[in-house]
Amino acid sequence: MRRFFPLVFALVIPVVSPAQAPVNFSSDIQPIFQKRCILCHGPNLQASGLRLDSRAAALRVIKPGDSAASRIFTMVSGAGPKVMPPVGDRLTPQQVSLLKTWIDQGAKWPESLDTTHWSFRPIQHPEPPAVHDRAWPANAIDRFILARLESEQIAPSPLADLATLLRRVSLDVTGLPPTLEETAAFLNDKRPDAYERVVERLLDSPHYGEKWARYWLDLAHYADSDGYEKDLVRPFAWRYRQWVIGALNHDMPFDEFAVEQIAGDELANASTEQKVATGFYRNTLTNREAGVDRAEARFEQLIDRTGTTGTVWLGLTVRCAQCHDHKYDPIKHKDFYQIFAYFNNADEADIDAALPGELGPYLAALPDYQKNCASLLAEYEIPKLQPVWEANIRKAMDEPGKVLDWDFAVTAIRASLDHAEKIIRLAPEQRTARQHKALTDYFVRNYGPDIEKDAAVSAKLKDARKKLDALDESFPALTQAQAIEDNPQPSATHIHLRGDYKQNGAEVYPDTPGFLPHLPPGVKPTRLSLAQWIVSPENPLTARVAVNRMWQELFGRGLVATSDDFGTQGDRPSHPALLDWLATEFHQRGWSQKQMLKLILMSSAYRQSSRARPDLESRDPENIYLARQSRLRLSGELIRDQALAVSGLLNPVIGGKSVRPPQPAGVAELGYANSVKWKESTGADRYRRGLYIHYQRTTPYPFLANFDEPDSSLTCTRRRASNTPLQSLNLLNDPVFYEAARALAWRVENETHGSFEDRLNYAFELCLNRKPTPKEKDRLATYFHVQPDWVGLSRVILNLDEFITRE
Amino acid sequence: MTLEEFRKIQSRRNFFKECAGGLGTIALANLLEKDGYAASAQPSANPLAPKIPPFAPKAKNVIFLFMEGGPSQLDLFDPKPELKKWNGKPLPESITKNLQLAFIKPTAAVLASQRDFQKHGQCGMEISDYLPHIASCADDICLIRSMHTDAFNHHPGQLLLFSGTTQVGRPTMGAWVVYGLGSESQNLPGFVVLSSGVGTSGGASNFSSGFLPSTYQGTMFRNSGDPILYLSNPAGITAAKQRLDLDAIRDLNSQHLESTGDREIASRIASYELAFRMQTAGPELLDFSKETPETLEMYGVNKEPTRPYATNCLLARRMVERGVRFVMLMHASWDDHTNINTKLKKNCDITDQPAAALIKDLKRRGLLESTLVVWGGEFGRTPMCEIRKPEEADNAGRDHHPVAYSMWMAGGGIKGGQVVGSTDDLCFNILEDKVHVHDLQATILNRLGFDHTRLTYHYMGRDFRLTDVEGTVVKKLLA
Repeated sequence: MRRFFPLVFALVIPVVSPAQAPVNFSSDIQPIFQKRCILCHGPNLQASGLRLDSRAAALRVIKPGDSAASRIFTMVSGAGPKVMPPVGDRLTPQQVSLLKTWIDQGAKWPESLDTTHWSFRPIQHPEPPAVHDRAWPANAIDRFILARLESEQIAPSPLADLATLLRRVSLDVTGLPPTLEETAAFLNDKRPDAYERVVERLLDSPHYGEKWARYWLDLAHYADSDGYEKDLVRPFAWRYRQWVIGALNHDMPFDEFAVEQIAGDELANASTEQKVATGFYRNTLTNREAGVDRAEARFEQLIDRTGTTGTVWLGLTVRCAQCHDHKYDPIKHKDFYQIFAYFNNADEADIDAALPGELGPYLAALPDYQKNCASLLAEYEIPKLQPVWEANIRKAMDEPGKVLDWDFAVTAIRASLDHAEKIIRLAPEQRTARQHKALTDYFVRNYGPDIEKDAAVSAKLKDARKKLDALDESFPALTQAQAIEDNPQPSATHIHLRGDYKQNGAEVYPDTPGFLPHLPPGVKPTRLSLAQWIVSPENPLTARVAVNRMWQELFGRGLVATSDDFGTQGDRPSHPALLDWLATEFHQRGWSQKQMLKLILMSSAYRQSSRARPDLESRDPENIYLARQSRLRLSGELIRDQALAVSGLLNPVIGGKSVRPPQPAGVAELGYANSVKWKESTGADRYRRGLYIHYQRTTPYPFLANFDEPDSSLTCTRRRASNTPLQSLNLLNDPVFYEAARALAWRVENETHGSFEDRLNYAFELCLNRKPTPKEKDRLATYFHVQPDWVGLSRVILNLDEFITRE
Repeated sequence: MTLEEFRKIQSRRNFFKECAGGLGTIALANLLEKDGYAASAQPSANPLAPKIPPFAPKAKNVIFLFMEGGPSQLDLFDPKPELKKWNGKPLPESITKNLQLAFIKPTAAVLASQRDFQKHGQCGMEISDYLPHIASCADDICLIRSMHTDAFNHHPGQLLLFSGTTQVGRPTMGAWVVYGLGSESQNLPGFVVLSSGVGTSGGASNFSSGFLPSTYQGTMFRNSGDPILYLSNPAGITAAKQRLDLDAIRDLNSQHLESTGDREIASRIASYELAFRMQTAGPELLDFSKETPETLEMYGVNKEPTRPYATNCLLARRMVERGVRFVMLMHASWDDHTNINTKLKKNCDITDQPAAALIKDLKRRGLLESTLVVWGGEFGRTPMCEIRKPEEADNAGRDHHPVAYSMWMAGGGIKGGQVVGSTDDLCFNILEDKVHVHDLQATILNRLGFDHTRLTYHYMGRDFRLTDVEGTVVKKLLA
């Protein structure tokens, strides 16, 4: 920076007037038409007889060389009485001015335009551009960034100071702040590769998997409960989370990572872990409201699986094609149901997914358990009662409308027990052990109207239930997982007219969207082939979408800002060549996410100071040119992690079941009919990291919801960072944070024994990785003079904007 | 705006008022730029600042009395003497063919209502004997007997009512309204949710901001403990101590704002100041000591069984007075599959008097004109009977009925003293003036000054709106 454009700050650089720069139709004008006009003035609709997808037709409202006489300009600029577009935001002044200039320059509209949208074209392999300043770039990434900055005549920012950088990279990679020892080691490490060593240490940390898993769980829209009215707990949802953490920590190549989640069960000799990976698709909601039409509920789930597939792997809003052809992108109504068909061929399956160390105790206890179970069931005559009940249920299934009570029992079992109908129609000897247990467990809880009327028998069964529960409680059962597997008799898939479950159109078969490269000829269209197609080098989207999200997490904004939408309605990439270069690198580096992250983390662009640039406030308010880093508010989970870490409360155990830290009374009670129970975790479990907090969809943990934890109903590719008074109340008054303040005060008072100033330094270093400035010290000394209380002072520090921000 | 100018503004106390809220200041700067281009729009830095809707509004506030579970229109609002003839018999097959119900079969027997309906008010509106207080407001009420919806299960039905679709994840009515209109309260959230009874099927999804910024989501006022989560200081922290801490936080944040130049910190400072004001405004709102005994008695605040609902209704009026834009009162559950006579009576006894008092109180204070009150659930109930325990006397209830049911509205530019729509003699189908929930939503937005097709938000590749792709303003409802 010091050697770069030394005069930049001294000179006022004249901003090149748009009127002088030639405007390019395909990069500047067509995207405006595409995004704001084509819906009503294009192939689908020609409002007022106008279309803007061909020059000849558009000349009705465009007078080349004379913007003032062009009706399109009068309308979009708001100069006339009628304003276009009529819906949504007005065109920005920049867009209006581009349009004006383009018309005044003669409205040049190339004859042979490659109309293929940028993201559907093959990935290019661009060479990093040449730059004037050879010293600034730390790697090829920087040449792309710098070339753009140089063309804009903007100097990059100086690198962040080392302590800030260490805190930034620690939070970005592991989500945990650096310890005092780590800071001291880094600041004293004078080797030229000191920073690189830190990056490698962090990427090797098992906390890396936790940090990046949380991001992945947003995409998978993970939660620990079913959603909808009943919102039953999913006791083994966490097993998939465990898989994600492990896969990331082992740097599983992204193509394998994708294939296993989409179709791990279809791999040859699929391992348990590969099946667990398909839990990605088990994060769809399940509606167990008793009166629900089961087939329709499954349809909704498949809609979600199809939409999630489009967004997560391809960055496409395929869900728009549920009801009709996509209005902007070339995704046909039929394409949607062809992708849907891949998932229609699969069913939900719960599988044993033992973790290391579980099998021994399980097998050792199994014989006794089975014996006790059998004798308990026999004692309560369940082998006699259950078949009668089953027969009644089957009868009501076959002849509905006869006995209302049994109709109700059928509705209930269909809603609450997965595959109920299939299981109950199997002869007992044909049922698997799991099916046996599920049905018996269901029976002792829901024994049907006949037994309900018999007070003596129902009392006995209630007793049996308690004893069975106690037996199960003491039995070291294997961990299970939610997976999907192929249905040997898949049902046909139809287009659903207007997206309506009840309105079948033509039958369709699994296939990929027509506008993207096709499946290789002769390949059977299975989920596995879909997965392999998604990660094939020919697919122009997958790698771009994936690297863009990494970029977004490290800069706060993707190279394509709309990380959920790479279609024509999405933003264009700010640095298209860099995006393609990164996508190419991703392929060439064997889809290693850790290598890609390291590459980005090593760049000078990443290491810049995040200090605001007054010179760029109006030119680049959103920091698109990346002449600096950005200050990013931490996610709710990470804010919790910071508070626990700096106060010494954090329990850093990795993986395992979800936990329930304290939450105010009355929150869980908002769930349906007071059925949600929040049994507070005890002991060290109260102090686990944020990503392990139990996510009950209908009553989410208030702290996380306050800090923009996404609604887990749909996939989320980028979180917001809102700034609300409820957040302030939360940080100030939540007992969890007050406890952290007290613990931090304890550390300050017990781990240092010097002056006020020494202690204040210590507190600042713990929390912010720096010493206080003289001004801060003065202010807090005044505070301490009035109120000599380290708890209060700790509370102040934990509430600072800087504490909840990655700088 | 340069940083210099910004610092000047910052010194003005007013700044904090304008800057509090959820939107990043950088994004705001862009909005300003955009707004500056639009001649009519008043630029504002605060996403919750009051906004002027595109058309002259009739209503400024909404109080939605959400009767969760589906109250029986047959026993409350839509008398069907003809049903007595059918009592105990199945409906004709021509009506029930292809009918899908949540629990009962279409062949179930008809259950005639045992309620007594009398004409009320100058308009002669027929209302059930279970609702004597609401009946006394007949001339202010616009009763819609021709509501219909698409969903016959609770959660999807509630989602359709509040978010315009049966799927989870979209913004809800209150969020849309605050997104469109902002809030007039500087010290309270713009969209507040109150609840009584048990939890609802939809839970937080009924007042979620969906993909709108979370600033617009409904803030739940709780019935026990703090009305707003974490409103009280931790034990042992006095208001004076809280202020000391806040002053230190503000000053250190300001210093950091100086050194980083990140205006987001200014928003953070403003959020802390607003939080502190909420700590005062919250208890003031809950303090009924300045209400007259007559008012308290009118709502039924100090007696059972009205106490919880009366408290919420009175709070709703106090919130509207203090500028809260959208208040949602949930009462659960009206899902009377069994014992409909006793269960319905219980809910009516809890809610009838307070709801009527709310209308009367708003009216005498001149607030009803600008406050739209809506009463209703996610669907109605079947004319057919559901019996789960035939051996019990009076066990009969009703199943979900989305095809035809009743709701009512009052105030806020709605023409009172009229009944809109009618159903057939069996209360099975609508005869005239069908009002779909999307039409209701369109009408509510219309009264607030919006064209429902233009209150949109761009997300995941398209513009979304409350009414999805449907909805027509129901002209007959309008004053």
